[in-house]
Amino acid sequence: MSHKAHIPIGPYHPLQEEPEFYKLVVEGEKVVDVDVRIGWNHRGIEKLSEAKTFDQSIFIVERICGICSSSHPITCVQALEDLGGIKVPDRALYIRSIVQELERLHSHMLWAGLAGHFLGYNTVFMWGWKYREPICDIMETVTGNRQNYAMLKVGGVRRDIEKEHVPYILTRLDEFTRHLDMLRGAVLDDPVLHARLKGVGVLTKERAIDYAALGPTARASGVDIDVRRDHPYAAYDRVKWKVITQPEGDVFAKMVVRIMEMYESVSIIRQCLDKMPAGPIDSNPKDIPPGEGIGQAEAPRGECFHYIKSDGSNSPVRHKVRAPTYMNFPTFRETVIGQTVSDATIILAAIDPCYCCTERMLIVDKDDKDLFDIQELIRLSQEKTLKLKEKMGFK
Amino acid sequence: MMKILEYLFLFLVFPGFAFSATMGLFAGWVDRRLTARVQWRVGPPWYQNFLDVIKLLFYKETLIPEGVSKAIFLGMPLLSLASATLVSTMILVISPAPGSGFIGDLIVVIYLLMIPAISLMLGGFASENPLASLGASREMKLMLSYELPFVIAVLVPVIKSGYAIRLGDIMMHQAANGNTIASASGVISFIVMLLCVQAKLGFTPFDIAEAETEIMAGTYIEYSGKALGIFKLAKAVMLFALPILMIILYFGGITFSSEGIIRTVIQYVIILALIVVIKNTNPRVRIDHAVKFFWGPVTALAVIAAALAYLGR
Repeated sequence: MSHKAHIPIGPYHPLQEEPEFYKLVVEGEKVVDVDVRIGWNHRGIEKLSEAKTFDQSIFIVERICGICSSSHPITCVQALEDLGGIKVPDRALYIRSIVQELERLHSHMLWAGLAGHFLGYNTVFMWGWKYREPICDIMETVTGNRQNYAMLKVGGVRRDIEKEHVPYILTRLDEFTRHLDMLRGAVLDDPVLHARLKGVGVLTKERAIDYAALGPTARASGVDIDVRRDHPYAAYDRVKWKVITQPEGDVFAKMVVRIMEMYESVSIIRQCLDKMPAGPIDSNPKDIPPGEGIGQAEAPRGECFHYIKSDGSNSPVRHKVRAPTYMNFPTFRETVIGQTVSDATIILAAIDPCYCCTERMLIVDKDDKDLFDIQELIRLSQEKTLKLKEKMGFK
Repeated sequence: MMKILEYLFLFLVFPGFAFSATMGLFAGWVDRRLTARVQWRVGPPWYQNFLDVIKLLFYKETLIPEGVSKAIFLGMPLLSLASATLVSTMILVISPAPGSGFIGDLIVVIYLLMIPAISLMLGGFASENPLASLGASREMKLMLSYELPFVIAVLVPVIKSGYAIRLGDIMMHQAANGNTIASASGVISFIVMLLCVQAKLGFTPFDIAEAETEIMAGTYIEYSGKALGIFKLAKAVMLFALPILMIILYFGGITFSSEGIIRTVIQYVIILALIVVIKNTNPRVRIDHAVKFFWGPVTALAVIAAALAYLGR
């Protein structure tokens, strides 16, 4: 005899700081099915961006997410630079790499802490976030802000890294690496964590490719992809580093990938600081010509993608954003079915979901049934347009 | 008549409810403060736990879900508190006067210690929430797993004191022949007992039944106001009573002299600190891991301890 029950995770749940809804269908403790609902928070970023000038667009996308607050702008400016064929000075490219890697460090550290919290390991939660502080301090030194750095502009960066700041950055990085060594020891050698995480929520390489998973989620399944290497931008093709992959595909592998990536990031920052040439940091482009451009960047969670179309005016005609979590969400269905409720939360957290990056559309849901399906919405929208036309006197 | 009043005083004021709850809430503060220091936080002031409970008891609305059995839903917190308080009263009355117990009081204590877990379970099932029933079923599995090693661990002081099932006899035996903890079997069974106490208190790594980030406090999810406050009080009393029971079984009990009280406080704080350290250096385990852990290595350890005690070591 089996009795199926529904376990809701969300839309408001202590697990998540943002609204998102997962309906787990369980038999006892075992998850037999899952329904993932996104779209609880519609902010209309793309539409807003179309009402702004290109410079303002960069600020808008910076506010998509507090954690990837340099990934979206860098993708956006790269799309605009692609559109206008704009050259960026070398020094600016190095600075962009440094800011990107600092962001990756703080994001991965934040994730490690949160993963601890989801496992009930609050000490790791607090320590992880404490160890993230040196990175935020460096960010403040380099950009003036701990978050939302406002560092990027089309054609370069807004602030230079002063020579006298470099020794400070290096000392704080040393401090961070020491803490990272300790955290790696505490987390990767803990037998209880091994028991909790190994073999849990396995995403095979084939399925990761089928689902088009991105970033650490894919790399932990042995898919060797990284935008920084495959489509080099900023200064990533001028420094030595390697893409971390793990073959297992379980939650533990995802943790290992993130922790080892932090070491690569530290190494990239050091090399960039070392090799950074002197020179201007901005090429001061004047106009954005008509055309289309795309930008890609490896955000901490995977490939971030922006498409911008311009008609030669000072604001985008179309601005499309695709955040990495949007691609990683569906893998949850693959990884969570057959696991227990206890593991569901950490499996979900393992893709490092960033809801605010992902929210794009609204689904109205009542009594388990969509009030509107897509055809219905199209019909409603057409009717409304007709009504408006009538009202305004168009026929 | 005087006898009844005296018993009521013992149960409700000292060393029963008022005293145990106060000490338990204070111990809860020590736990929170130590945890905070481990985690580089400041931690709450000493009266925080009192404020929390007062808020729940007197200022917050008690919501009762539609269609639940009120008697069970509201009765369970009371049952939990009553049994925890009774344990606390019994061991604190018996401890300073070892002659005052009765034969089999140890067995009564063991039974009474199970009731808070059972009432939590029934309360969870009664609240008719899928998350609460999940928590309650976890609580049930957890209880089934830790009770066996717990009872075997209790056997060690019993065997060592010549098969006495009176707390008083166990204490008197220790006073004459040295504390249980001073032997190999004593140390092993103390470790087993500590792990079982961790599970009985519902602390990480065995906070499986109320896992906040998985099932949102599980069994407690529908509880609010007074009912929740009473559950919290019961938990506080347990936090006080369980280490005291361990002191009786392993450290020779409590005497109400100034020296004896200081010794007891030190022993209590050591046990509490061990519990807090275990709590803060482990992630939450999965229920199947917990069952395997208690039925496997922990039970094996407990059996070894009992065998050693039988051999007189």
